[in-house]
Amino acid sequence: MRCDEYEEIELKMGSFVSYIGKLFGGEKRKELERHLRANDRHFNLSYRYAKNAIKTSKYNILTFLPLNLFEQFTRLANAYFLFLIIIQLFPEISALPWYTTAVPLALVLSVSGVKDAIDDINRHKCDKQVNNRTVDVLINGQLKKEKWLNVQVGDIIKLENNQFVAADVLLLSSSEPLNLVYVETTELDGETNLKVKQATTVTGKMGFNIEALARFNAEVRCEPPNNRLDKFKGTLILDGEVHSLDNDKVLLRGCALRNTDWCFGLVIFAGPDTKLMQNSGRSTFKRTSVDHFMNILVLCIFGLLMAMCLILAIGHAIWETKAGSVFQVFLPPIPGVGIGLSSFLSFWSYVIVLNMVVPISLYVSVEMIRLGNSFFIDWDRKMYYSKNDTPAQARTTSLNEELGQIKYIFSDKTGTLTQNIMTFNKCSINGKAYGELYDFTGQRVEITETTERLDFSWNQLADPKFIFHDHSLMETVREGNPEAQAFFRLLALCHTVMPEEKTEGELNYQAQSPDEGALVTAARNFGFVFRSRTPESITVMEMGRKVVYDLVAILDFNNVRKRMSVIVRSPEGKLTLYCKGADTIIYERLHPSCDKLMEVTTRHLNEYAGDGLRTLVLAYKELDESYLKEWRQRHHEASIALDGREERLDQIYEDIEKDLILLGATAVEDKLQDGVPQTIEQLAKADMKIWVLTGDKQETAENIGYSCNMLREEMSEVFIVAANTAQGVKEELQYARRKMSPDSAEEPSVVRARAGMFWLQKTETLQDENVDGDYALIINGHSLAFALEKELQLELLRTACMCQTVICCRVTPLQKAQVVQLVKKYKQAITLAIGDGANDVSMIKAAHIGVGISGQEGMQAVLSSDFSIAQFRYLQRLLLVHGRWSYLRMCKFLRYFFYKNFTFAFALFWYAFFCGFSGQIVYDDWFITLFNLVYTALPVLGLGLFDQDVSDRWSLQYPQLFSPGQLNAYFDKKVFLSCMMHSWYSSVILFFVPWAAMQDAVREDGRDAADFQTFAIMGQTCLFLVVSIQLCLESYYWTFINQFFIWGSIAVYFAVSFIMNCNGIFIMFNSMFPFIGAARNSLSQPSAWLTMFLTCLLCLLPVVAVRFFLMQIRPTINDKVRHKVRKEGPPAPAPLHQRPRRFSTRRSSYAFSHSRGYGELVTSRGFLPKRSLKSRPALFLNTDPPLAEKQPQLYRTISEEPEEPQGPQARM
Amino acid sequence: MGKEKLKPGPLARRPDNSAFKQQRLPAWSPMLTANTVLPFFYIMSSVCLLLGVWLLLTVQSTHELKLDYTEMGDCARCFEMRKNVSSAAQDCTCTVGFSIEKAFKGDVFFYYGLRNFHQNLRRYMDSRDDGQMVGRKRRLKNPTSYCKPFDRDVNGVPIVPCGAIANSIFNDSFTLTYLSPSGPVDVSLIRKGLTWYTDKNIKYRNPKTDNLSLAEEFEGTTRPPYWQKLVYQLDPADPTNNGFVNDDLIVWMREAAFPNFKKLYGFLQRAEKPFTNGLPKGNYTIQISYNFPVQPFQGRKEVVLTTLTWFGGQNHFLPIAYLVTSSLILVTSVVLTVVWWKFGKGGKNMEE
Repeated sequence: MRCDEYEEIELKMGSFVSYIGKLFGGEKRKELERHLRANDRHFNLSYRYAKNAIKTSKYNILTFLPLNLFEQFTRLANAYFLFLIIIQLFPEISALPWYTTAVPLALVLSVSGVKDAIDDINRHKCDKQVNNRTVDVLINGQLKKEKWLNVQVGDIIKLENNQFVAADVLLLSSSEPLNLVYVETTELDGETNLKVKQATTVTGKMGFNIEALARFNAEVRCEPPNNRLDKFKGTLILDGEVHSLDNDKVLLRGCALRNTDWCFGLVIFAGPDTKLMQNSGRSTFKRTSVDHFMNILVLCIFGLLMAMCLILAIGHAIWETKAGSVFQVFLPPIPGVGIGLSSFLSFWSYVIVLNMVVPISLYVSVEMIRLGNSFFIDWDRKMYYSKNDTPAQARTTSLNEELGQIKYIFSDKTGTLTQNIMTFNKCSINGKAYGELYDFTGQRVEITETTERLDFSWNQLADPKFIFHDHSLMETVREGNPEAQAFFRLLALCHTVMPEEKTEGELNYQAQSPDEGALVTAARNFGFVFRSRTPESITVMEMGRKVVYDLVAILDFNNVRKRMSVIVRSPEGKLTLYCKGADTIIYERLHPSCDKLMEVTTRHLNEYAGDGLRTLVLAYKELDESYLKEWRQRHHEASIALDGREERLDQIYEDIEKDLILLGATAVEDKLQDGVPQTIEQLAKADMKIWVLTGDKQETAENIGYSCNMLREEMSEVFIVAANTAQGVKEELQYARRKMSPDSAEEPSVVRARAGMFWLQKTETLQDENVDGDYALIINGHSLAFALEKELQLELLRTACMCQTVICCRVTPLQKAQVVQLVKKYKQAITLAIGDGANDVSMIKAAHIGVGISGQEGMQAVLSSDFSIAQFRYLQRLLLVHGRWSYLRMCKFLRYFFYKNFTFAFALFWYAFFCGFSGQIVYDDWFITLFNLVYTALPVLGLGLFDQDVSDRWSLQYPQLFSPGQLNAYFDKKVFLSCMMHSWYSSVILFFVPWAAMQDAVREDGRDAADFQTFAIMGQTCLFLVVSIQLCLESYYWTFINQFFIWGSIAVYFAVSFIMNCNGIFIMFNSMFPFIGAARNSLSQPSAWLTMFLTCLLCLLPVVAVRFFLMQIRPTINDKVRHKVRKEGPPAPAPLHQRPRRFSTRRSSYAFSHSRGYGELVTSRGFLPKRSLKSRPALFLNTDPPLAEKQPQLYRTISEEPEEPQGPQARM
Repeated sequence: MGKEKLKPGPLARRPDNSAFKQQRLPAWSPMLTANTVLPFFYIMSSVCLLLGVWLLLTVQSTHELKLDYTEMGDCARCFEMRKNVSSAAQDCTCTVGFSIEKAFKGDVFFYYGLRNFHQNLRRYMDSRDDGQMVGRKRRLKNPTSYCKPFDRDVNGVPIVPCGAIANSIFNDSFTLTYLSPSGPVDVSLIRKGLTWYTDKNIKYRNPKTDNLSLAEEFEGTTRPPYWQKLVYQLDPADPTNNGFVNDDLIVWMREAAFPNFKKLYGFLQRAEKPFTNGLPKGNYTIQISYNFPVQPFQGRKEVVLTTLTWFGGQNHFLPIAYLVTSSLILVTSVVLTVVWWKFGKGGKNMEE
């Protein structure tokens, strides 16, 4: 296992350790402000800031045994069994030999001990590996390789390309112009586009000057450690001057440096104080609701046990006074034991005797069943993703049945629902649509993996990853169609992408948004290769011909404009304005001559929107020199204006962006993972609510909502909450609620109840409210922050739960976890979180079940998840098939197990009334020892491992089968009570029928047949047969393994009975096997068999009758589906139906992007000094291997005749 | 979880396509349908009816006579006498009479019965030493501590057989006399072969006698406190019925499951007239050597004379239970049939 991925967990553990440290290592003041001085360890040490070291392991060699044993015995069950063993050691009490409990307990303890030990050894290893990673630290004026664990607050460290940032650092200087640094924050917030950070100029001028850095002694005052990823406030005091610091100057741990040779940073927060760590939610030991319920049950059962024992002890006292005292002639009392003491002893005797109600084998079997079901998940070929050779994995083996109870699913978007690949999919050029394939009859052909791709080999600069299928587009371009050429020229010119040509011909684009990258790449492949830019020019290879355009102006994106334009002058001197933007915006600014084209294009746009594609409209305009001159003058005036600069600029942009000529439209697909819409549809049918929590922009999230069918055109309303104040958020939420359910109460109805052990846990449940019609809610991160406050959270939850679909966008990792926790707290429903990146970790940990998407960027999510699957679509199989089966199996197992043991214990209880409450057991000691361990162990495991009500295909066909799990219908208090009543009835039959039949009986030859041993053998045989047949009744799915187990157990029972009652074994160990001959003499009697037959009939026929009756009157969904199965046979595998073509008037484009582009940066003077090709080492060479693996080699190296270098060569 | 397989190739981690791993094992999914459930119920009802009738007829053909002699007739005198522990050693004999209306045909078995005697108390049942009674010499002198306080006498001499069970052996004896028209005839009972084969031959054995007499083997031991005789004096006439292998001792040592029980005392010797066909009708007396005290624990003593059938003695429970079960099943099946007819016929309740 790779250790990088442990970091997240380790950090969290580190905080735990430091927390403990705070507890024991003396109190630490709550930090109000961080104050540190660069290069002054002595000064910084006085504050005792957390170190960068990490400790995640729990034990060492010496502490392992005591600590681990202590931990294990803090589990209630283990402690209980230990207690039983202790009281079994007293001969006065012990009705059973001590080893009946000790052997299983020892087994359980050692198995979990070994597991813990292996885990801890792994943690030790990874601790070491992460702590021993090296980074260059500036110590005493020299750069030294230091281990991560030795890095301290206030140190200056040097980071290199593709390295992970070791701690939260203040950026001081970098290799790039303008002291820029590119970082990838995927691990942190899940956003994949690179972010730019910039150092302040005062520190930036130090550059690579080691002496300057070593002399650097600025003081930093900043906020204390917190979890806000997008905020940082602080001041830098250098030479008495105060400079303010903000988030742009800070690199956070977990980021990776990209496309930057080196940079220097000052460590501000280390180890557990880093924002990454502060953002990861608490990890708690997860247990399933069945587990919780089982614990409560065990307590109740324990209470019942005590009650039964108390009754029997009182009975004992009464019996002793009335009958026992007069029987003392034959059985003198133990000296010194009065009636009181003897009843007390008998109480404990019965505790031992009746401990069968909660045998340790329950816990062992539960674990084994879960383990088995986890293996089935690992083994499932239908959840195996062959593309990256990833099978599904159950990483936690103790949560399986909860998969069958999921009610809420929280999903990440990027990487989970989408592939995080933007592809240029379709376009409409001059009224002609491209990008689709038609066969001879004009039918649309589905594009699949195998469809023939366009061959771009004629273009040596083409990106090999780019895939396009429609030949006609390429033919059109290569024929020299002017519109098509203009279309791609626009794409090659109008953007803010930065090119990088690290080695000759190896092009790499730095795009602010992946959409823009996709468009520029499309132009590149169709022969308009954007090669390089300077602030004043753009170099494009147009169909192999180098053309340098003068860049006159960039009219950048912003939120309001929703478009961007560039004004360029071609080498021929032609001035053109190229504009791309949202259709509505552009349409308003088109020249009237385009009306016709607009109509056709609109139709195409509707089609694209229906397919869930992101669209942009492209237009251009020829400009004349004089107008431009005048315009530039005005532009210049506006840009230096002191007040209202923004507005004035916007106005000036408006002036020039009009009377545009429409070129066409592009459609970019944010590629969904395979089968996402179908999966979501299936899960919705199974009554699961899906919430999307994404760090992405609202537009993107909304768009994905549409393309994966969570948002639909025909929905009654889609509410968008995007207020910036608490009051605003409240109003918007209330508005939505009133709209959906006008007569809902103003105050939320919260049901308070108590649950859990000893009913200590208070629960608050928000009732579901019914709403007519489908609604959806979209809420952004800002509003969510307000909505998650205490006063508003119920309002949020109410409104959100009324909606079919909830999408939260721009949420931080912590908010994701908070949302999950909110639902967990007030809905008392089982939640599942699915995600793929480090930003999902907190949510994955917070939810009842965390699912990680494996085989994608990073492994963080997988490592903290409980289950990992390779594709989102496998979720339906994981839940609807495996989860449902696991839940069904576990419930059946528990029902049966409790039935079996209660029956057993009740029979022992009845006998007490006949044996003077003396603690005598009605069955053979050996039968009691072996009953759970041998005779019934395998059949019941068979039930818990192999049972299935209907096959997987039917499970997927009828997602409604899932709902009993959500309602917890298979195993709750009611079921448990009925189970108890059933065993009460069975035990009455099983005890009193043999009693009545035997009490006066003799053998056919007149010899003894009513003796204790004969009765014991007969009683236990009855019991065993009844529970075995009952098991057959429970089982829906009789494989040969089940049959083998059942018949094998019956055979083993008889074999063991005869062997233990045989002569030889008695002669060898006469005190342990006193039942010699009993089985032979008892089971050879016809009356014994007649009695058994009668008890079986009386026990089992009512069960059959009741079940049959209920099935006729009130068949469950299971019954119905099973009936169908019988009638129809297996269903055909679901066809991969093509989704019907939709048209939509709703459109989205990345032009709605929240943030500004790089426009300013691109044109800034500081950008001017271009790097030379040679002076820079090739990237991706000195990287650490895991990162290189993770970063796909996006662009191939192409060999062509060397171009003459562009732009000035000088380097700073 | 699953072990990484070391298969080479791009699909190295692909799970095996076995029916077991893919949970596609061939299986039979039985379902409770009208076609199976209803006929099954009717058949079971008739099976129970037939069994019930047959058993009832069988039981009706047996004879049984129970005689509670605790305070019957002149046994009341002995009953009083046994109240007093001081007179425990004194003999007391009494006679009770009864008559048989209908001849007991076939083998007749003679039982003694006890009521309210708890042979099934845990400490009582533990109070025995199987090792001793299987003839382990070491155990003979060192009885297990479970036998306390009947493991050694006051002088520390080991008690044989030790323990409360053996100590409390039932020690009444009976002589049955037939008052035939031609005068009283002793009914001779066979008092051997009363035990299970395994008990007589394996579970109970006398210590190995290497040319030593039984008395010599048991030297250094003493009798249980309530016994009149030593263990090797139980049947001096027959060495195969003496010591630990004495039938009466073995019968007693097989503890009863419930406080009311009967144990075999003997069976009718049918070699001579008039008993070759069983017990003829008429009057009988039983002379009882009344030793066993039941008064302290409010118990009762009885003798039982019975003939047997292939499924044991006269027990009406099974035949009646079968008849009742049969009728219950019949009622249930009718109800189920009606319900099925109304709701489930042709799968109409199964439509969604």
